[in-house]
Order: sequence, then C-alpha cells, then structure tokens
Amino acid sequence: MAERHLEPDTAELRERWGNFTFTKVWEAKAKTAIGKYPEGRQRSAVMALLDFAQRQVGEETGTQGWVPIPVMEYIAARLDMPVIRVVEVATFYTMYNLVPVGKFHVQVCGTTPCMLRGSDALLEACKHRGMRKGHTSEDGLWTLTEVECMGNCASAPMVQINDDNYEDLTPERLDAVLDALAAGKEPKAGTQEPGRHTVEPAGGITTLKAMVDANHDYRGEW
Amino acid sequence: MTLADKDRIFTNLYGHQSWDLKAARKRGDWDDTKALLARGQDAIIEEMKASGLRGRGGAGFPTGLKWSFMPKESKDGRPSFLVINGDESEPGSCKDREIIRHDPHKLLEGALIAGFAMRARAAYIYIRGEYIREAQVLEAAVQECYDAGLLGKNACKSGYDFDVFVHRGAGAYICGEETAMIESIEGKKGQPRLKPPFPAGAGLYGCPTTVNNVESIAVAPTILRRGAAWFASFGRENNRGTKLFQISGHVEKPCVVEEAMSIPFHELIEQHCGGIRGGWDNLLAVIPGGSSVPLVPGVQIRDAIMDFDGLKELGSGLGTAAVIVMDKSTDIVRAISRISYFYKHESCGQCTPCREGTGWMWRMMERLRTGDARPEEIDMLQQVTKQVEGHTICALGDAAAWPIQGLIRHFRPELERRIAEHDAMREAAE
Repeated sequence: MAERHLEPDTAELRERWGNFTFTKVWEAKAKTAIGKYPEGRQRSAVMALLDFAQRQVGEETGTQGWVPIPVMEYIAARLDMPVIRVVEVATFYTMYNLVPVGKFHVQVCGTTPCMLRGSDALLEACKHRGMRKGHTSEDGLWTLTEVECMGNCASAPMVQINDDNYEDLTPERLDAVLDALAAGKEPKAGTQEPGRHTVEPAGGITTLKAMVDANHDYRGEW
Repeated sequence: MTLADKDRIFTNLYGHQSWDLKAARKRGDWDDTKALLARGQDAIIEEMKASGLRGRGGAGFPTGLKWSFMPKESKDGRPSFLVINGDESEPGSCKDREIIRHDPHKLLEGALIAGFAMRARAAYIYIRGEYIREAQVLEAAVQECYDAGLLGKNACKSGYDFDVFVHRGAGAYICGEETAMIESIEGKKGQPRLKPPFPAGAGLYGCPTTVNNVESIAVAPTILRRGAAWFASFGRENNRGTKLFQISGHVEKPCVVEEAMSIPFHELIEQHCGGIRGGWDNLLAVIPGGSSVPLVPGVQIRDAIMDFDGLKELGSGLGTAAVIVMDKSTDIVRAISRISYFYKHESCGQCTPCREGTGWMWRMMERLRTGDARPEEIDMLQQVTKQVEGHTICALGDAAAWPIQGLIRHFRPELERRIAEHDAMREAAE
C-alpha cells in the first residue's frame, strides 16, 4: 500500500478552510457530476468532488491544490455521507494530495518501462535543481513525487506536471521544460522528441501513412 | 506479411487528424449506426461471438460470450449497466490512452452497440485519473454525441435510450479489477469484491453489469460493419483479430501499433520498432504482456507467436500486449524488483497475503538485487510467492508473484552470482 499521511487537524487549518464552499464555477461542475449517477447514488460523485475541491484549493493557494480535512467534511455534507467515508476515499487514491504541495507537482514516473528508458537520470536532474522526493522546495515552486506507471510507456521516460505530460524526456529536455514553467511560460506538452507526433515510431511512421496529411477514409479499399 | 492499412481499425491511432465527430464520421464512425442496431441484440452478440474477439484487457475472455451472460429481461425492475474499463495502469500498457484521445468516437459508438446488445440502460466509462487531457477529450466527444442525437434518448433514432457517462479515477491501479472498479464508481475505496455474486448478476448498484476493456468495445462497430469473418481472418484459431501492441523499453523506436494477432515477435520488432537496441544478440529478456506476466528470455522470444496461446506455451502471457523489451545493459533483478515495488505500492490492503506479501517480496527482491542475501533465500522467496498466489480475492497477488517466479525460473544463476560476489567482497573486506 502507498504510505499516506493526513495534515494535522489544527485550529489554524480550521480557521483557513473551515468556511470552504465551491465557487460558482466548481458548483456547476459538481452539480453535473452528481447528475451522472442515479437518484440516491450521489456519493458516486465523491471522487469528482474531491478533485474539484483540490483544484479550487489550488486556485486559491496558487498551487496544484490539496484536500484539507474541513474540505472533506464539506463534501461529506454535500453528498450526505459520513465524513470517514470521504476520508477513506481521499486517502485511498493517490491523486488527492493530503498535504499542501507546490505550484508545480513534478511527478516522475519511475516504474520499469520508464526506468529502462532513463527515469533515474530525470530524478537526478530534479535533485540537481534542489528538489527532494516527497518535499516542496522552499520557494514553493516544486513538489517532487516519484509515481507509478502513468501509461505513457511507448514515449518513456515521462513526467506529469499538474495536468500535462512531458514525454520522451532526457535530463536536458526536462530542464528546458522546468525552466519554461519557472519563467511562467507554457512549454509544449507531449513528446519532446523533435519530429515525433505522438506514439508512432520516431523518425518514420511504418503504418497509416495516408493519415499524416489527410483525414483518409479507408472504406473505399475494403 | 504485415497488416494492410485498410484493415486497421484505429486509423487515427497517432492523432494526425482530429478526434472530433466531423472528422470521425469522415473516417466511417457513426455511419448508419441505426442499421447496426436494427439487426437486433441476439444477432449482434452472435456476430461478436463468431468474430472470435477475446477481451483486450488482459484476461482474454471471449467478448461475445460475456455479453450473452446479461439478463434478457429484467424480472425485478433492476436496470443493467455496461462499465468500460479505461483504467489502464498495468506497467507497459498505453493503448487505451491512444484510443481515448485520438479515436474516442469508436469507443462511444461501441458503447452504444454493446450497451444495446446487452440491454443496458447506460455505460460508465472509467478512465484513470492521470489521463487528464484524455478525459477532457472524451467528455467533449460524449457531448458531441448528445448534441447530434447519437446518444441519450432515442439514440441514433433507434428508439433505444442509452446514456454514456465518464467517471474519472484518481490514481489506483487496483481499480482496473472489475469489482474494484464497480466499488470505485459507487464512491468507495477500490477494493475488489468476493465473487460470487458475479457482476453479471449483481454488479454496479447491485444491478447486472458487464465490464469490458476500452479496446474490446472500440473494435465492435468495425467488426459488425465488416463482418465476423473479416475479423477472424487475422490471427490463429482461438486468437483472432487485430490488436494494439505497445512496445516499450530497449527497442530503437518504441511505439504503439495495430497488427494482426499471432504476428511473430521478431517481425513485430523489425517492422515497427527499428529492431532491438544494439542488435538481436543484445536482447536479454522480454516481458510480453505487461508487468504481471513472467518474463521470457531473449533466445526464446525471438520466434514467439504473439498471441494468447503462443505466449502461454512459453510460460508467459499476452496480457494487454504491452511488450517491455530489455537488452543486456539491463539490471534484470532491479527491473523485476521495481515491478515488485509497484505491486507493493498498489496493493489495496484488503487481503493479508497481498498486503503483507507484496512488501515482503519487494524487500527480498532488494536483498537479491544487491546480493546481500543467503542462497537459500531464493527458494524462500519462491515459497512466499506461492503463499500469495491464489490466496487473495483478486489477481493482484498473482500478478505480484508471477514476475518474481519468472525471474527465478530463468535467471537463478544471476541471483546466485550476485550473492557469491557479495559474499566474496565481504570476506575480502574482513
């Protein structure tokens, strides 16, 4: 099991997050999410609401966001379920941050397919920049986590930073991405291999060549 | 002979063209779906059975047969549900991501057809939480379908009402197990259920439910359009069809590619991946079906037939056709130990043999990696894998045991060498 720890439930925490409610935008999304499930099954939306709450906290703190205990209580009340059931879900699924994180959550995939393609060097590059696994840098910019397989194995090694994946990385390419993010820019997401589009063989597509330049309809050849 | 482009189902696999409805329709998706549905439930299921399609999520259960297990009528008013498994978290697997972000309409049309065939009221597509951009595409594609009348009330003017909902995960490999997925959709921890009851009897919200992989559902419309005989013309008996292969690790050009089932390993690698890094003599071992299947030594895999039966003969499995290639630069013990760490991390903690065993196996693997172990620990570890395997509610325990068993079966001399080397160094130091 993954090791997970909750942020201590202190008076300061209650002071800061005790009055949490969804903003108009997130409230609308919450309503849509609850509407996906049958009448009386609203707790099915707990995962979506935790995600929305984390994102709203992120917006309010200028970080990727996290889920403080009072926010979990708010969601429990919203969905008419016991608080402990929300805490159970929040602690079970690793994408919910249980403690504050930095502006950029640098999640380096370290599972075997990425390891074979050089994820050690990516972790090393992060270390060189002063990041430490499981910690947030002092300037609040970076939180480093080694994560398990992210499903980008054919464009490994990869790093997910907040909502975007950066694939086919080398330490230099990762540095370039991190430099750009630090400078407030939006680096191109996806593969960083020049000339590669997504997960086709780099340097020369071996199938579906007609699709490269036109939306080819193969039905005429059936 | 390589599969012809015209026989590839996922023509926008690489996303060179738009995923949207207009572009997808031009490629042939959602083309008179009403007529496909008009064939009737039984005819659709028969066609799927005849195609020989086996589930693409790893276990390889015949898809048409699975659909036929669903009740033909509801005697007690309970609706039926289709759950589509897009949790794709098996290390090495990265195919459903490409379907979802580049060809989502194949999946959505398949959802309607499959849902109709099994008389389901709605489909929930469970997409892993880390596929954030992919989920955005999928949600947008669903909206396009509703706007165009393809889904929802009177879907495709067929007279059938059918909804499709996207449910996002949040980072738990175990939710790829079908009953854990159902628990997760119900808003709980993703811990597998004891079976029976099987989902076809009591699944999501206690209602009859079928769980199918994204790829299994997404190929259904094309199978119906081109016919079971067309699909069955690829691959060997019992291993029919085309398949998305995902090749990662030490090949010159890792990629995802759709090929005919039963393609020989060397052909797959030479045709699409530019060969093994450093040449075929540099090939050490291959994990041919995702992290949970045992590895196959390089000399045995070269001429292997890449299908369910061909890899079973080699003591491994096709799994999701996630092919992880390792050349001779690989620290093979570390490669497997890292997989052991993965299972330790992903164990849901429900069954003691798995919760305790995965951590135990990983720590033993780390001792063997450095050689800081006694020779008899190799057999001890083998025994522990046997105490975990088959003693848990779901297959995660098995999946954690098999890679280690494969390592011991094929690389025992390497484990012994490390222990001897470590002992010699210690003696020299003393």
